[in-house]
Amino acid sequence: MKEKLDEQTMALRVAREFRDGMIINLGFGIPTLAANFIPEDIEVIFHAENGCLGYGPIPVTEEEQDFHLVNATGVFATRKPGMCFFDHADSFSMIRGRHIDLCVLGGMQVSEKGDLANWTISLGQPGNIGGAMDLAFGSHNLIVVMTHTTQNNEPKVLKECTYPLTAPQCVNLIVTDISVMEVTPDGLLLKETAPGWGAADIQSITEPELKISPNLKQMVL
Amino acid sequence: MINKVVNSFDEAVADIFDGAVILMGGFGPANGTPSNLLRAIAKLGVKNLTLAANTPGFGRLPEGTESFRKTPPDYDDGGLLIQTGQVKKVYCSFPGMNRPGMSAPLFEKWEAGELEVEMVPQGTLAERIRAARAGIGAFYIPTGAGTVIEEGKEKRVIDGREHILEYPLKADFALVRAHKADRYGNCVYQGTSRNFNPVMAGAANITIIEADELVELGELDPETIVTPGIYVDRITIREKGA
Repeated sequence: MKEKLDEQTMALRVAREFRDGMIINLGFGIPTLAANFIPEDIEVIFHAENGCLGYGPIPVTEEEQDFHLVNATGVFATRKPGMCFFDHADSFSMIRGRHIDLCVLGGMQVSEKGDLANWTISLGQPGNIGGAMDLAFGSHNLIVVMTHTTQNNEPKVLKECTYPLTAPQCVNLIVTDISVMEVTPDGLLLKETAPGWGAADIQSITEPELKISPNLKQMVL
Repeated sequence: MINKVVNSFDEAVADIFDGAVILMGGFGPANGTPSNLLRAIAKLGVKNLTLAANTPGFGRLPEGTESFRKTPPDYDDGGLLIQTGQVKKVYCSFPGMNRPGMSAPLFEKWEAGELEVEMVPQGTLAERIRAARAGIGAFYIPTGAGTVIEEGKEKRVIDGREHILEYPLKADFALVRAHKADRYGNCVYQGTSRNFNPVMAGAANITIIEADELVELGELDPETIVTPGIYVDRITIREKGA
């Protein structure tokens, strides 16, 4: 059995995409973990939908927890010099107005065209859209980080999403527990593989046909 | 003399009527939820309310259950009004989920057909509320085009991109949680407790503030006032108690 990356390692791989000066929004789950792996030589600013730019890390002690400072996943954050607060209308003006450089979201399914489904498996239930739709429509650059397959080993990277869409044609890069794939006009380009995984292994649990990058390499972790 | 301060939370909500549409500030466990006003509405017992909020909230957990997260002292959210059976419709982006330590009263009522839910993406919700305050007839927005959100809505291609037409979300009452307020209704907020609150102030026929503290005119720096008093009708103060 080949080993898949754990959540922390996927988050670390995501953080390798952070560049100096970027404004970044991190979604629920694994994306949030990426804040722990900012490369040391760069400065980035995190945006939270609930009205904050430039918040600091999760507080270490209980005394530092402040009910006036939570991030968009409802988790306590800390104050940091340079941070600012604003209301929800402003916050989403920043998002829709394409002022956010990079957004990282979790995914249930991604299609080869870069369609994203991540809020419900069925319209029969009110799932949680939250800020994900606005982020998917408004970000310059959207990374989806998710396991490559479902718990039953069914592909989550598909020709067409079967779940209701969050946004069509919005994903730029897919980071999974076994691969990194770029969404291109010609389909998905396999760029990186997790240690121990070959392109054929990855293709076998991916529905659409993958293009293999001439520079295909093992993930640097 | 202009003085918008009322004596109690009960007095502030006394004219909320059966079938009223209510905007409610708040996000996650931040201190930005008008808990005392919500409790007063529960006491008032009005029915068939429509709530518009990012999330209606999780309500009260069964006795002895430990919450999955910490909440501020004396906290209640809109889930309380769902649990009391006072709500018939909810506009929200985040209905919640059922998992240990987290209740989502909305789901139970929704499954029983006792409650209607209209899902609105978070940014669209904020903008529909802002538009109501700003006197905008409707607006085109890209969010939701090509998804279930576009169903039944007019579409138009602008700058090569599909947009959908969204209308203002008009309400009878707005419940706004602020930090400090003066008697004119000028308000400031704290941290992420700001969230939807200043967007909702002025977006309903009657805006009711629940502030931590009342300050004298002039104490708030005019350069930093977030909600100008013009948007505010009534002020309640937490330090006075219910």
